[in-house]
Amino acid sequence: MTDAIETVIVDYGMGNLRSVEKALENVGGCPLISGDPEKVRRADRLILPGVGAFGDAMSNLRRKRLDIAVQQAVQDGAPLLGLCLGLQLLFTRSEEFGSHEGLNLIPGAVLKIDEPGLRVPHVGWNQIEGARQNPLLEGIAEGSYFYFVHSFYVKPDNPEDVLCWTSYGFRFCSIACRGKVWGAQFHPEKSQEAGKRLLRNFLTIL
Amino acid sequence: MLAKRIIPCLDVRDGRVVKGTHFVNLVDAGDPVEAASRYDSEGADELVFLDITASSDRREIVTRMVRAVADRIFIPFTVGGGLRTLEDIQAILRAGADKISLNTSAIENPDLISEASRYFGSQCIVVAIDARRVQPWNPDAPHWEVTTHGGRVTRSREAVDWAVAAAEAGAGEILLTSMDCDGTQNGYDNILNARVAEKVDIPVIASGGCGSLEHIADAFIEGNASAALAASIFHFGHHTISETKRYLRERGIPVRLT
Repeated sequence: MTDAIETVIVDYGMGNLRSVEKALENVGGCPLISGDPEKVRRADRLILPGVGAFGDAMSNLRRKRLDIAVQQAVQDGAPLLGLCLGLQLLFTRSEEFGSHEGLNLIPGAVLKIDEPGLRVPHVGWNQIEGARQNPLLEGIAEGSYFYFVHSFYVKPDNPEDVLCWTSYGFRFCSIACRGKVWGAQFHPEKSQEAGKRLLRNFLTIL
Repeated sequence: MLAKRIIPCLDVRDGRVVKGTHFVNLVDAGDPVEAASRYDSEGADELVFLDITASSDRREIVTRMVRAVADRIFIPFTVGGGLRTLEDIQAILRAGADKISLNTSAIENPDLISEASRYFGSQCIVVAIDARRVQPWNPDAPHWEVTTHGGRVTRSREAVDWAVAAAEAGAGEILLTSMDCDGTQNGYDNILNARVAEKVDIPVIASGGCGSLEHIADAFIEGNASAALAASIFHFGHHTISETKRYLRERGIPVRLT
C-alpha cells in the first residue's frame, strides 16, 4: 500500500493545513505537517498548500528557508503537488500586488483574472476539460467538478506543461505538470470524491 | 462551466441546529455535525453555519463544533456569528473552517473587512448583509436598509451601497439575506439580489425566503445570484439536494450533479 510513504505538508504559516491533512488521512496517506527545512528537503513526497497572497507566501518560504528545501527535494526526485496558491508559487513570477519571483519549478507567469463581466474571485465548482493522460488524473472523468476559489491563474510558458483546462469566461490552466511536479488551481481536499481520487492518485506516484 | 451553488444554512445555537421565522420562534432541527455530514453526502456544494450561541463559553462551543464538522466533511464551509477581531477569525479558520462571515462587526468596524482580507485572503471573507425594504416600498426607486441583531437594530446605511463598500474593502462574497422574506418560504427578494449582483463584481449568495425549488431557480434567473442559501426546505425534509439539482438542471441552470 501507499500509506507507508510519508507525505510532508509544507507549513509556512499560511493556509488551511488541517483540511489537507484530513483529506490525506481519509485516502490512506500518511501526512506530516512540517515547517522544518530539513524534513522538507528529505521528504519522499510533498504537498505545498496555501491560501492568501503570493508575496507574503514567498517571503514566508524564504524566511524559513523552505524555498530551497522544496527545490532540493524536487531535484532529488520527490513528487510535489501544489494546491491553489501552492500551484501559483511553483511558477517563475507573479504580478499579484507588484511583481514577485516564485519557486520557478514550472516556467511561466501568475496573472490576474481580468475579463470584463467576470465575477472575481472565481468561486465555486467548475469542470476540468481537455485533460491529457497522466497518473494524477487516473479514473477522473473529463468534465469532473472541483472546488475553486481564486483571483489569479497560471500561464505556463510551455503548452506541454498544461495537464488540463477550466473555463470561466476564458480558458485557464487548472492543473500544471512538469516532470514530477504538479499543481492544481482548485482544492482537491474540498472537492469530495473527485478530489479524494486525485489525492489518492498522487500518493501512488513514485 | 461554473456551477450555481446550493448551500444549506445551519443556524446553530449552543451546539444545536435551530430554525425560526424572522429570526425568532426557534425550534430544534438537530445535531450540526450529523446535518453537515448528511448534506455533504447528498451533494451540497457548500455549507454555512451561523452561530447564535448565547452561552458565556461560546468560543469553546463554536470551535469544538467547527473541528467536528471539518473532520467529517469534504466540501467548503463558512462560519459566521459574533466574530469581532482578527484573532476570532483566525481561531475559526484554524479549527478548520474555509471561510468566515462578518455581519455586525463589519458594519461597526469596516476596517475589519480590509484587514481580514489582506491577512487571510479575500477568498475566505464573506460579508453578510441583512437587508430590509424601506417603507413605504416604492418599486420604482427601491431602497433597503441594513439591519443587525436579527433585524432588531436598524442601521443608517443603505444595503446596496453597503454591499458595494464591502466589496471594495476586500470581501470575497456577499451573503445577502432579505429580512422581509426570511422564514416566510414565499421566495427570495430577487429585486434586491439582482440589484446587488449588478453593482458588485464578487459573487452574491441569495438568502431568505426559500420555500420551493422554483424559488431557487428564480434566485439564479431573476436574482442573478451565484449561489442560493436555504434552510427549512432541506432541514425538514421537504426536498433533498439532489432533487433540487435535478430540477435546476431541467430548467437549464448549470449545477454539479453527484
